[in-house]
Amino acid sequence: MLKVLDSAVPVACWSCSVAHNESTLFCPDCSKIQPPSSGDYFSVFGLTPRLNIDLSALEQEFHRLSRRLHPDRFARASENEKEWSLADTALLNDAYRTLKDPLRRTEYLLKLEGAEIAAGSADALIQNQEKTSRVPADLLEEVFDLNMQLEEMRMAKKMGQEDPELKESLKKDKAKFEGLVAAVDRDLRAQWAIWDAGDAAARQTAQRAMVALLDRRKYLSNLVRDVTEILGD
Amino acid sequence: MAEAERSVVVGIDLGTTNSLVAYMEGSRPVVIPGVDGSNLVPSVVALDPVSAAGGRPTVTVGNSARKALIETPERVIYSVKRLMGRDLEEVRTELKFFPFRLADDIEAGEVPRIQLGELRFTPPEISAYILRQLKRNAERFFGSPVKQAVITVPAYFNDAQRQATKDAGRMAGLDVLRLVNEPTAAALAYGLDRAKAGTIAVYDLGGGTFDISILKLRDGIFEVQSTNGDTHLGGDDIDNLLLAIALDEIHAEHGVDLRAHPGAVQALRKAAIDAKIKLSTEQAAHFDIELPNGGRYQREIPRAVFELLIEPVLKRTAAPCKQAMADAGITPEQIDEVVLVGGSTRIPAVRALVDDLFRLSARGKKPHTELNPDEVVALGAAVQAGILASASKTTDDMLLLDVTPLSLGIEALGGTVARIIQRNSTIPASATEHFTTGVDGQTNVAIHVLQGERELAADCRSLARFDLKGIPPMAAGLPRIEVRFLIDADGILHVSAREQRSGKAAQIEVKPTYGLTDEQVENMILDSFDHAEEDFSRRLLIEARNEADAILAAVGRAPQNPAWNELSAEEQSTIAVARDRLVLVRQGSDLHAISQAMVALDKATRHFAELMMDAAVSSAIRGKTMNEAGKEMNEAVTAPHAMAPAEFK
Repeated sequence: MLKVLDSAVPVACWSCSVAHNESTLFCPDCSKIQPPSSGDYFSVFGLTPRLNIDLSALEQEFHRLSRRLHPDRFARASENEKEWSLADTALLNDAYRTLKDPLRRTEYLLKLEGAEIAAGSADALIQNQEKTSRVPADLLEEVFDLNMQLEEMRMAKKMGQEDPELKESLKKDKAKFEGLVAAVDRDLRAQWAIWDAGDAAARQTAQRAMVALLDRRKYLSNLVRDVTEILGD
Repeated sequence: MAEAERSVVVGIDLGTTNSLVAYMEGSRPVVIPGVDGSNLVPSVVALDPVSAAGGRPTVTVGNSARKALIETPERVIYSVKRLMGRDLEEVRTELKFFPFRLADDIEAGEVPRIQLGELRFTPPEISAYILRQLKRNAERFFGSPVKQAVITVPAYFNDAQRQATKDAGRMAGLDVLRLVNEPTAAALAYGLDRAKAGTIAVYDLGGGTFDISILKLRDGIFEVQSTNGDTHLGGDDIDNLLLAIALDEIHAEHGVDLRAHPGAVQALRKAAIDAKIKLSTEQAAHFDIELPNGGRYQREIPRAVFELLIEPVLKRTAAPCKQAMADAGITPEQIDEVVLVGGSTRIPAVRALVDDLFRLSARGKKPHTELNPDEVVALGAAVQAGILASASKTTDDMLLLDVTPLSLGIEALGGTVARIIQRNSTIPASATEHFTTGVDGQTNVAIHVLQGERELAADCRSLARFDLKGIPPMAAGLPRIEVRFLIDADGILHVSAREQRSGKAAQIEVKPTYGLTDEQVENMILDSFDHAEEDFSRRLLIEARNEADAILAAVGRAPQNPAWNELSAEEQSTIAVARDRLVLVRQGSDLHAISQAMVALDKATRHFAELMMDAAVSSAIRGKTMNEAGKEMNEAVTAPHAMAPAEFK
């Protein structure tokens, strides 16, 4: 569900004591930096969660906020202000890094909405619970063939031999799977539009679709990476 | 506070070969010269011979320490930057190429100490002496105390190397407001004049480190896109290569193993450095060296041969450049400007490689070399110092957004690494991870934090082991411990943790894999007594007078030296005039006048110092006796300049 940030809780500014909203980065009255409040990455940029984002506006806002929040601006401030600037800037940077990248942004939003993603995240790895992505059912045969060829190529390489025919075939496969990745990306973008514009029910459906697409994309890009590696010069 | 606000923040380039201090003079950065008038302070630290009274020997830094390289090599250390933040094994490997000795009583896990004469020093302590010298140079220049600084580090420095640099600053009595990456500092220095938008690459090949950084410039914001490098690659490697070849050839052709004579090795190293520098402008350089057995080692090195020799060293810079471009998601054609930094970029073969890597001449472009490559990093550090002090209108609109060069990870089951902060993330950056227990009633969880890009924990750099303690006993998998990792604007990691289910803050016991404890740093702070401010100007005056006395004594002995007769009558009389001037002002208490008179005398004796240095070097190589050479050297004025790098126009 869409989180509406209730920022109506008034807090007194530590410096000038004038009351302001909890989520304010700076006191509207004396402009002093305020203790960080928790919020999601979208709210850092004053956005509600969404998938289609104007990247150049995002960058501009990132630069504008950096200029005010960065620890460089607080080098000679009090210890508290230094700490808050550090925390705020870390959050700003983490948020920007996540939101500017389409895949990270999608994964982040899905997590925010409580969807389960089989991401190769550190969390999953540590708990040794990484769900390996399943072979997409429609590609069983092709993937099987590709894996055979990869194995053959590895053997040939070990023996110090080069099979130009095999190499050519792998190159073709690589292009094909890259095309499949691109197709997934197109499908993802279509789901973005549905999610952004949809009601609760439409969003649920879109989320399930995106989870599946991310899973498929992960599998495909791993394959592409393996092929690229073995073809590498 | 008011005092700190008024006082100046200096920018320091703590280099492998040379160090510099600079500040913002109005709207432009300026390097602060030392008392010898030179902008570069060689990063050489020497222990003076034990005083007769048996007290702790004094430490000298820079040009005056440099002469001790040949006299008393066992009491001198240089290139200490290569040892900063390294563990025992790494230092052992490193020392194969250097004539320094580890202290014999080092225990595993301890910060390695270097034996210098009868004393032992950690690398941060040695660096602290260099920093203190720069601090003093700045204080003499301003006539007031300097307490805050920005210090540059190679972009590819890891957490331990950064922490070691910060520790050194603290030991030198400096509040280190920021560590800035060297290539980024260089970009700041260049960006000052050209308020342009575009993508720039900074190729920084210094004495001991190599960095490549790619930045996007827009409206005064310098946003680093990616960085890469090698903290053990630089001009030192070229020197060592030439030196090794000369030593081998001397051994093979003349049956003399100079390796047994540290003084002679240092003299040969100087010859190798001279040859390297000469080969940047000439087509050939010569070794012509008299050997202890009366033989001569004569060797011509044509530039083509030199380039072939150093090719493997230079090639090692190509892969980091390509990786940095890949990480930034750009091709060479998308790079608008390339900036060259570091003395080693004067080598024509390096320029050719850069031209090829970034397709410069093919696109009708040239790399930027307008700013002196030895000074540009210090100038940039001064710009960053200006930004932090919000001291000037010029820097008000500027902001540097840098990245962490290496990924941060945690050791996972099976010895693999789970990445939690990717390399090239803008800093400050943070990550929050959740941990749980594997056994019922378990109250401790150990976490191993690593830095590096390899898949296996064993191949990454171990940063620290954290022990999360005091977890309330619960069924396995039930506790939920939240650990927050934060990389600050200096690129240094901070960790905090709490158990969420019980709401109890979990205790963390941090055991850095390598590094000094706070207490150790505290104990290593250099002469904390000399910070008393009321004594400050008095101290400066006393120091200046002492320095003047030393110079005057040396100049007084000069006419007895054979080199004196090689000076023209005009040179001799210039020296006499400068000497008389110093004698006069030394009696007064005008600090500025004394400093100026010293600079003037130093300038007047420069040629003489060079002649003496050359004479001493060749006698050291001839191996007359180390003592004789030493005696001659002692006659020299305080600052022999012969080994200072040549200036290129």
